[in-house]
Amino acid sequence: MNPVNYLYLAALLFTIGAAGVLIRRNAIVIFMCVELMLNACNLAFVTFSRLHGNLDGQIIAFFTMVVAAAEVVVGLAIIVTIFRSRHSASVDDAGLLKL
Amino acid sequence: MSHAASVHSLWTMSAAAPQKIPAPHIEYAQLSPTLIVLGAAVLGILVEAFLPRRVRYHAQLLLSCIALAAAFAAVVALAAGGYATGKAHAAAMGAVAVDGPALFLQGTILLVSLVAVFTFAERRLDPAAHGRPVDSFAAQGAAVPGGKAEQAAVKAGFTTTEVFPLVLFAVGGMLVFPAADDLLTLFVALEVFSLPLYVLCALARRKRLLSQESAVKYFLLGAFSSAFLLFGVALLYGYAGTVTYSGIADVVNGSVRMLDPALAATTGNDALLLIGGALVLMGLLFKVGAVPFHMWTPDVYQGAPTPVTGFMAAATKVAGFGALLRLLYVVLPGLRWDWRPVMWGVAIITMLVGAIVAVTQTDVKRLLAYSSIAHAGFILAGVIATTPDGVSSVLFYLGAYSFVTLGAFSVVTLVRDAGGEATHLSKWAGLGRRSPLVAATFAVFLLAFAGIPLTSGFAGKFAVFKAAAQGGAGALVVVGVVSSAIAAFFYIRVIVLMFFSEPKAEGPTVAVPSPLTSTAIAIGVAVTLVLGVAPQYFLDLAGQAGVFVR
Repeated sequence: MNPVNYLYLAALLFTIGAAGVLIRRNAIVIFMCVELMLNACNLAFVTFSRLHGNLDGQIIAFFTMVVAAAEVVVGLAIIVTIFRSRHSASVDDAGLLKL
Repeated sequence: MSHAASVHSLWTMSAAAPQKIPAPHIEYAQLSPTLIVLGAAVLGILVEAFLPRRVRYHAQLLLSCIALAAAFAAVVALAAGGYATGKAHAAAMGAVAVDGPALFLQGTILLVSLVAVFTFAERRLDPAAHGRPVDSFAAQGAAVPGGKAEQAAVKAGFTTTEVFPLVLFAVGGMLVFPAADDLLTLFVALEVFSLPLYVLCALARRKRLLSQESAVKYFLLGAFSSAFLLFGVALLYGYAGTVTYSGIADVVNGSVRMLDPALAATTGNDALLLIGGALVLMGLLFKVGAVPFHMWTPDVYQGAPTPVTGFMAAATKVAGFGALLRLLYVVLPGLRWDWRPVMWGVAIITMLVGAIVAVTQTDVKRLLAYSSIAHAGFILAGVIATTPDGVSSVLFYLGAYSFVTLGAFSVVTLVRDAGGEATHLSKWAGLGRRSPLVAATFAVFLLAFAGIPLTSGFAGKFAVFKAAAQGGAGALVVVGVVSSAIAAFFYIRVIVLMFFSEPKAEGPTVAVPSPLTSTAIAIGVAVTLVLGVAPQYFLDLAGQAGVFVR
């Protein structure tokens, strides 16, 4: 199969993730959409790596996974903290800081 | 061992002679500023784990100050050793550049962080809780605000000394960010300095709900923008087949001929370059708070603990603009006819939106946030110049601006009422009558923001606008001057409010700080005045440092 199709899939996944961030209201779901975007990036990296015949892209994919894991640690901690103090993870409820 | 190996070799043999993987050559001495800071951060974690609570504060403060000072000394030693000029090169297998702009910005970041650590360590502003001094950070970040766990933590006199290692980790990332010489290092450095900042934003002692909310907003938007940056990196990798800056620049300039026609579908495909470049730029513009990626700035600046806000406003901007400069000047100069019009638009709306929206603000932290957006626009004007003067003027502006903004936020921590810091502007009325020194200091910083002569703000703005005009961006200078005038209006309005209106009876009090915050503010004032009165030496320094390595 033509590997370029995987690039289209990566772009599609990235768009779904970006749209999810903009549309969904639950902080956890938004965060999952961000993770989807990162995984779309990984798919693009690996596909390009295959196309170019060098390993850089596959190595970068590992780095991205580690960074995403670190982001999960920090992000879930923050979201859990705000959930415990407000009993809601909806980003619409977080409206104390407004003009 | 050898025996086992020989026995093993009786029934196996390698299919081919094992290929030797060359070990990477790392120039540890040239990376020492970053390594010192990150090493101290790891030590700080160990301090948290093994030292008893009562000695942690002093141990952490000492460790952070020594590490930042030592790293600054290392930067100075590298610059004195000629790495800023003749010996500039890409260290660590081409991953980190050691050159003039990198060393200049690293030095600036380290000095600013050292001063910021002083404000982090301030323990005399809040009244002591149960006889123990407390700082600006939550007794226990994980405890629910107002809950039993928090009361117990406050009663036990806990303080969050983890903020010091967190700051050091953030500084470590910021040191790499402007020096990153490939896109992977850029992305990793971005995350290394962003993640500790997200946590720091959530740790305010007072108004904890606001603080947590700002952390969630910053985190979600920051993660969103870094995903865009990463996708841009992926597309640029697809375009060039490499992530090193020089490799991509070669492909952009067309100095590499594609050998394999089968790769022509992706390699050298201009759509990948344009979209990828735009996405990476978007990620960087988010970090420097340029319109239209500025939405997080006022909320996060207002909600975060004020010492963190000051640190973030100063150091993140330096690191972000450093990375932006390197990307535009090293990777994409061959594309400047495409990115210059876009950056023109971004700079113009950033200056205007920052200045105009700031006029309507009633909270001093939000006011300073919008002012920082306007300043991002001014700095972008210098970035657009695409001349050596453009680089050096941006470097100078960043150095000058970071100390002013850090000093201004330090003054904000002093003005307090029963609920903590009194940030509403109406409470600042008549502050000049009640405590002339604090009000005068704040006035100096506001005048520097406004760009009045004899302050560093004037020297910086003059350098940036001059470079922009010489770089063929005259219209941008006109917009810049107009928005400076609008911005001057609200800075002067605050000064008038402080000095020429009657103080209210139930107005805020001005806390007497410990020598830590006093030193921070004094350094801010000193840098503001010195860079304003005698900027030539520092302009020359920035001028010498203004050449990127490729």
